[in-house]
Amino acid sequence: MLTVKDLFVRVEDKEILNGINLQVNAGEVHAIMGPNGSGKSTLANVIAGKDGYEITSGEVTLDGKDLLDMSPEERAREGVFLAFQYPVEIPGVSNASFLKTALNEIRKHKGLEELDAMHFLKYMKEKMKLIGIDDKLINRPVNQGFSGGEKKRNEIFQLQMLQPKLAVLDETDSGLDIDALKIVSHGVNTFRNKDNAVVVVTHYQRLLNYIVPDFVHVLVNGRIVKSGGKSLALELEDKGYDWVTAAEPAEESV
Amino acid sequence: MENIKSKDWYLTNFKTIEGSINGESKTPFHELRRKAIEKFEEVDFPTAKDEDWKYTSISEILKYKFESAETIKVSKEEINKHLIPGLKVNLVVVINGNFSKELSHIHKQADGVRIDSFKNLRKSDPDLIMEHFGKHAQIDNGFVALNTAFANDGIVISVPDNAAIEDYVHILNLTGNGTSNVLSQPRNLVIIGKNSAVKVIESYHSISDTESLVNVVNEVSLGENSHFGLYKLQKECNRSFHINRTQAHQSKGSEFTHFSITLGGSIVRNDTNIVLDGENCTGNLFGLYLTEGTQHVDNHTLIDHAKPHCRSNEMYKGVLNDKSRGVFNGKVFVREDAQKTNAYQSNKAILLTADCKVDTKPQLEIYADDVKCSHGAAIGQLDEEAVFYLRSRGIGEELARKVLIRAFANDIFETLTSAELHDHLNHLVYDKLK
Repeated sequence: MLTVKDLFVRVEDKEILNGINLQVNAGEVHAIMGPNGSGKSTLANVIAGKDGYEITSGEVTLDGKDLLDMSPEERAREGVFLAFQYPVEIPGVSNASFLKTALNEIRKHKGLEELDAMHFLKYMKEKMKLIGIDDKLINRPVNQGFSGGEKKRNEIFQLQMLQPKLAVLDETDSGLDIDALKIVSHGVNTFRNKDNAVVVVTHYQRLLNYIVPDFVHVLVNGRIVKSGGKSLALELEDKGYDWVTAAEPAEESV
Repeated sequence: MENIKSKDWYLTNFKTIEGSINGESKTPFHELRRKAIEKFEEVDFPTAKDEDWKYTSISEILKYKFESAETIKVSKEEINKHLIPGLKVNLVVVINGNFSKELSHIHKQADGVRIDSFKNLRKSDPDLIMEHFGKHAQIDNGFVALNTAFANDGIVISVPDNAAIEDYVHILNLTGNGTSNVLSQPRNLVIIGKNSAVKVIESYHSISDTESLVNVVNEVSLGENSHFGLYKLQKECNRSFHINRTQAHQSKGSEFTHFSITLGGSIVRNDTNIVLDGENCTGNLFGLYLTEGTQHVDNHTLIDHAKPHCRSNEMYKGVLNDKSRGVFNGKVFVREDAQKTNAYQSNKAILLTADCKVDTKPQLEIYADDVKCSHGAAIGQLDEEAVFYLRSRGIGEELARKVLIRAFANDIFETLTSAELHDHLNHLVYDKLK
């Protein structure tokens, strides 16, 4: 589904990603772990199409389509979803009308009929129940005055509403208490199926107790220095990132 | 030099008109006009040296020789284009400053309620006119002087005590004739008795895409415990010039809401002044402007808290594109007597390009010691993080920007109580953003 090949990315004069290779297939969950500043969020943002990153070489494709050539909205309509690390507050736009507009833009792109107010409401109610989000939050402006946990929950609610092919979760666990973590994880786990894929970007292993990955990759200095199964996350938790960073120069000389 | 020539042009025009009015020239009404033209001769048009006109140059206006025009034939279809869909109104049509009886449609009103032309009432009820004409709007600049000197027609709404005009009164102003530079100077009076209520929409549109000058003066008198809502829509063509003075006097317990939305015009200047002259008054001033090209919109407000226990609430917002300019000058005056005043003022603008500019000047002058007054101004750009957030959910860039601009103006829209008016203005805003 998602293929990242030899991706090099620079921000201003600084190299952030130094040759990322990643293959994510339908039905898989991949975790990208790494210390602060390793380039995790950059990778997530580049996949979603955020401005401010210079792609010096490499390619990113979704089902063979070149994502780097698409605007952020085209990527979203093709099925890319980024759950933001810091969801943006948008005063004056209600959550419900925002989601209705987004959903219908995506449906139009797919050649589906736009949902009218009634059908949209019915669909939204189902998803609200699933994520445990109440009417109050839905009618409020997008993320405005939401607690950290509510914002993250709202991201997962949007994920459920928009049903993308590929979900990239950027530090969705940061700032969540254990109860919120469970709710958010439940939202992601019910989203998972054989036709979609999830990339979880996280600093800590904790989230991976709830969203169990098929593959774990360790990102250090803009490179994936180690890949493995879910046990790799536990090993990292145990030994710390020094364990892989220490090993990195040796890999570089190979 | 241009200025002197302009002044002479209007002085000469006044003489011409005066020569043609025969018997009327002896009336007390005309005496006021004559005083006004003397005042005009003395004060002249404002220049950048006047503090109140520092950021708004009118030299472009003075390049043209504007003159009063007759009513021209306007089709029903043309009128219908400017109506607010679904809203039941008393329709009052004004063409080039003259009331059009044929195109207006006024429902039967309760006894004593009057919705009539200024011109008619000058003849049928001169006492009413003389009681209010020039009593509220002081001649403190050339434009008010000119409107007063040339005062001929306009709309008078008069409501006795304990009455109401159920539906909105929509004063639909059309300007232009396609051939000359039309000068339209409506003079409107709104007189509301005790415990009475009125809602008025004043909208301004162009008949032709030509330079015209609309110079309006509204004088408003609110009786005790009365309610008045004045909703102004300025949607003239981008070659037109528009000067508006609205002066309201509020008695005890009255509530006045002024809502102004400016979409069209080359140079637009709104002066909205209220005097809270009795206890427990509420004055609300809400404004929104969207500019593009080289449009210039200047909103001046003056809230005079003359008596204790009054509230004023003011909120102006602007969205500027291309090389357009905005000016906000909001003065709040709290007199020594006006204890327990509660005044709030806010003005915000979004600049969509690096070439547009806003000058903003909130002024609070407080002479009472037990008051609550606050003001704030903020000028910024559209939040690019928010644009990306919307786009990342599949919403196209253009729509994302429109949604965010509309969201910026949301708290202004939320003050509208009529769903029809709300939807119509919403529609016009989205149209303008295209």
